[in-house]
Amino acid sequence: MSFPLLTATAVLPAIGAVATAAVPAARRNAAKALALLFSLVTLALAIVVLVRFDPGGARYQLTESHSWIAEFGVRYELGVDGIGVALVALTALLIPFVILAGWHDADPLETGSKRWRPTQGFFALILAVEAMVILSFEATDVFLFYIFFEAMLIPMYFLIGGFGDRAHEHGEEAASTQRSYAAVKFLLYNLVGGLIMLAAVIGLYVVAGNFSLAEIAQARADGTLHMATSTERWLFLGFFFAFAVKAPLWPLHTWLPNAMGEATAPVAVLITAVVDKVGTFAMLRFCLQLFPEASKWATPVILVLAVISIVYGALLAVGQRDIKRLVAYASISHFGFIILGIFAMTSQGQSGATLYMVNHGISTAALMLVAGFLISRRGSRLIADYGGVQKVAPVLAGTFLIGGLATLSLPGLAPFVSEFLVLVGTFARYPAIGIIATFGIVLAALYTLVLYQRTMTGPVKPEVSAMPDLRARELVVVTPLIVLLIFLGVYPKPVTDIVNPAVKQTLSDVHKKDPKPEVEAAK
Amino acid sequence: MSASAVHSLWTTAATAADPISKIDTPKIEYGQLSPTLIVVGAAIAGVLVEAFVPRKYRYHAQLILSTAALIVAFVAVVMLAADGYGTTKARIAAMGAIAVDGPALFLQGTILLAALVGLFTFAERRLDPEAHGTRVDSFAAQAASVPGSESEQAAVKAGFTTTEVFPLLLFAVAGMLVFPSANDLLTLFIALEVFSLPLYLLCALARRKRLMSQEAAVKYFLLGAFASAFTLFGIALLYGYAGSVSYGTIAQVVDGTVQNVNPALADTMGNDALLLVGAALIVMGLLFKVGAVPFHMWTPDVYQGAPTPVTGFMAAATKVAAFGALLRLLYVVLPGLRWDWRPVMWGVAIITMLGGAIVAITQTDIKRLLAYSSIAHAGFILAGVIATTPDGVSSVLFYLAAYSFVTIGAFAVVTLVRDAGGEATHLSKWAGLGRRSPLVAAVLAVFLLAFAGIPLTSGFAGKFAVFKAAAEGGAAPLVVVGVISSAIAAFFYIRVIVLMFFSEPRPDGPTVAVPSPLTVMAIGVGVAVTLVLGVAPQYFLDLANQAGVFVR
Repeated sequence: MSFPLLTATAVLPAIGAVATAAVPAARRNAAKALALLFSLVTLALAIVVLVRFDPGGARYQLTESHSWIAEFGVRYELGVDGIGVALVALTALLIPFVILAGWHDADPLETGSKRWRPTQGFFALILAVEAMVILSFEATDVFLFYIFFEAMLIPMYFLIGGFGDRAHEHGEEAASTQRSYAAVKFLLYNLVGGLIMLAAVIGLYVVAGNFSLAEIAQARADGTLHMATSTERWLFLGFFFAFAVKAPLWPLHTWLPNAMGEATAPVAVLITAVVDKVGTFAMLRFCLQLFPEASKWATPVILVLAVISIVYGALLAVGQRDIKRLVAYASISHFGFIILGIFAMTSQGQSGATLYMVNHGISTAALMLVAGFLISRRGSRLIADYGGVQKVAPVLAGTFLIGGLATLSLPGLAPFVSEFLVLVGTFARYPAIGIIATFGIVLAALYTLVLYQRTMTGPVKPEVSAMPDLRARELVVVTPLIVLLIFLGVYPKPVTDIVNPAVKQTLSDVHKKDPKPEVEAAK
Repeated sequence: MSASAVHSLWTTAATAADPISKIDTPKIEYGQLSPTLIVVGAAIAGVLVEAFVPRKYRYHAQLILSTAALIVAFVAVVMLAADGYGTTKARIAAMGAIAVDGPALFLQGTILLAALVGLFTFAERRLDPEAHGTRVDSFAAQAASVPGSESEQAAVKAGFTTTEVFPLLLFAVAGMLVFPSANDLLTLFIALEVFSLPLYLLCALARRKRLMSQEAAVKYFLLGAFASAFTLFGIALLYGYAGSVSYGTIAQVVDGTVQNVNPALADTMGNDALLLVGAALIVMGLLFKVGAVPFHMWTPDVYQGAPTPVTGFMAAATKVAAFGALLRLLYVVLPGLRWDWRPVMWGVAIITMLGGAIVAITQTDIKRLLAYSSIAHAGFILAGVIATTPDGVSSVLFYLAAYSFVTIGAFAVVTLVRDAGGEATHLSKWAGLGRRSPLVAAVLAVFLLAFAGIPLTSGFAGKFAVFKAAAEGGAAPLVVVGVISSAIAAFFYIRVIVLMFFSEPRPDGPTVAVPSPLTVMAIGVGVAVTLVLGVAPQYFLDLANQAGVFVR
């Protein structure tokens, strides 16, 4: 038996989580270093996975399969396709930056009980989330996926509720209340979604008799497994509901601004750049493969919801007074684009959506982490409290601008490619929807540039006049992300090469072909 | 000689010329009944210890005796199962009174282990502050003294501790062992009384808040007596219908394969009204014991008032025993009546799941909260009962095993959080517990997440098993109601976690007592079982699966 590479990518951060949590209370710097070390080794392993993955090879590669709970027909089955491998790499890439950016976020303010160890807990929870997210990208067994899809809520919940911004406009008491409100809201939304999915998972088992993605998809394709139309639609809705909460899709999005607003910036990045990707990823992998007919049936409604997400998220972002909530609404808008790309059912759309997941992860991480550095300096999340920062801290302002420009999909930066692909892919089949979605881009320019203008330009506010520029640790966090944004903006081929074959496969599952170009049809 | 023959004994004897020689010597399979016999024997020995062993040695004598009895009885169960009595050699023993089969052995094993863990919490003597140099436990110094009276104060001052709780526990366990394996209605009733009466007593024995404890016991006793009376009335009616109290014979009469079992009852036999009313009354009595809505009224008061170790034991073991008896009754005696009882049980399951979950939201006392949560869980288990498939049986068995250890563990944690008035069960006092005692709070969080059915805990595996069985048994709407009430239930479990971890500690908050190894062991077993059954449930699911066939 070959070395279980995929298992290792998940087990390693899990061990890291346990090891970090076990570090004695006083040695919190050792805990941080240990967590960083584990995340870097995981990244190295993820790179090995990326290198070993052959885009032209079998659909699922590096597969592992072991019996787990025979009673339920559950197997421990892992495997990655192009989409999965890209997202595993993204996750492994972002976690070291999240850890490094959150270096001081969990230093205890007061010395409470000697056994109270928030720092160890913070980094252990981040690694636990990483392990579970990676496993859910790799699982090819529906039940196995479900377990980690649900279980990751718990460490995430503690990260949101237990650690927040130090400063708050209404004082520590209010901050604590709002934090636990945000954490509970996050958990309840996702738990309800997950439990409804549980009913659908059980239903799938009753219909199919096992949980193996490959087997069920195969049986559906060659007609040995027949699902009544209504059954398929109900099951699809059960799955889709959970993923739409996680993604999040309008109108199930309201937990995201709370969660991202109250969590520390690195945790907000973890939510939007890593955890939420599981939702959109799962739509591609499970909804389309398991329920192709129902996916096509639901497409019109989902596209409309996606467009509403795009425009609504962008409009609300324009109106935000709070930097982090602004980024949250911008993310809702971007998730609308991703879902639009997935359900446009064209190869450009789905490649664009997958590429978008990667790019959105990197660009949001860049913007949000710099925003976090800014907020930690001034102790306020309100846009109105800043002004003229670029004169005081030019490097900070510059990186913030690049993150913002990436968010508005400036050509030359990575998100442009993916947004363009999504729109092209949508336009080929649903021109009206494509046109409305384009307004999202216009609004993105508005909210990003206004944000930059209000915080960074203008006269220097007295409160920010002594603001230090980015420190070495912060530069280490930001620079690689910006380099990646520029690189993938100019040369996205490495990612698209990996993603495209998997997208083709997925499209063939739903029996969709790309529409022929109009010109050809006219001939 | 069948059980029905036993009950027509007197008519036979009166007409026979030489009555004595006509009576066969009863044949008792001592080996197959050994788990129960060991526990009963130890309980009787425990009474003798109370009578003859000097006071200062009693605690250790009782603790060792009870532990040994439960362990030996468990070993006996394992050996019977290894001999194949759970599968191929399953049989009806003791003249038709007791079934020795898979479900019986599985449930007996579960009850014995739960009782063993419960026993450790009973024996804990380090939590309460010492009274005059004596370490005291959670039980009343002198049960006979009136609360608040001078004799009680004197007993507390003198640092009296009593050890009668140990034989009481063993008697209750003995009754519980018989309850799910009873194979005729009279044995069922006797087992019901044998395990109920010691529990009524145990509920009244709290050291602190004695009035509340006694109130709980009286409520439990009165309502329990009503339920017993209903059960007994139902038994009488069913006997009138079938002419026999034996499970097998009744089932055959219901099926119509056997007729005219007892000529003396020719007038009433076959009267469907007797069957339906009788069956309904017996099921009602059992639903009372499992705490299903609308027979749940006693649960919150009794759970709150009883000494916490008793609550934990009762919540776990009673539920196991009562669900076992309910399963056997519905699957062995009344399968022919399936189309009549299934719709009713559907309704009961739905209101139990929703009722328990919704009312729990408003609770402010952790023990009452866990009581309502146990009601909701009874509803989940009922969903598995309704499946009426072998999978249904095994899923219920697995759920019961998983649930009982989580429950005992959770109540054991409750005993640790104390202030000047004893256990601080009001939820507001738990604010910020995670800051002061991260370990205790984390352990309780694990139990609460298991109750909520989060993956990688035993609660999830159990919930998945019963819902899967229900869906396969054609009860998909129940599954939907189940997931909705799980979502509601998750809210209040999460609320406790929020309180413990995200709220500021109160300056006058409770302290966490450092327990003896006994409670540590009880909690440790709870955590271990919760995680093992969550991550690697395969072995135990197999076990439950093999044990899923009733002998008829």
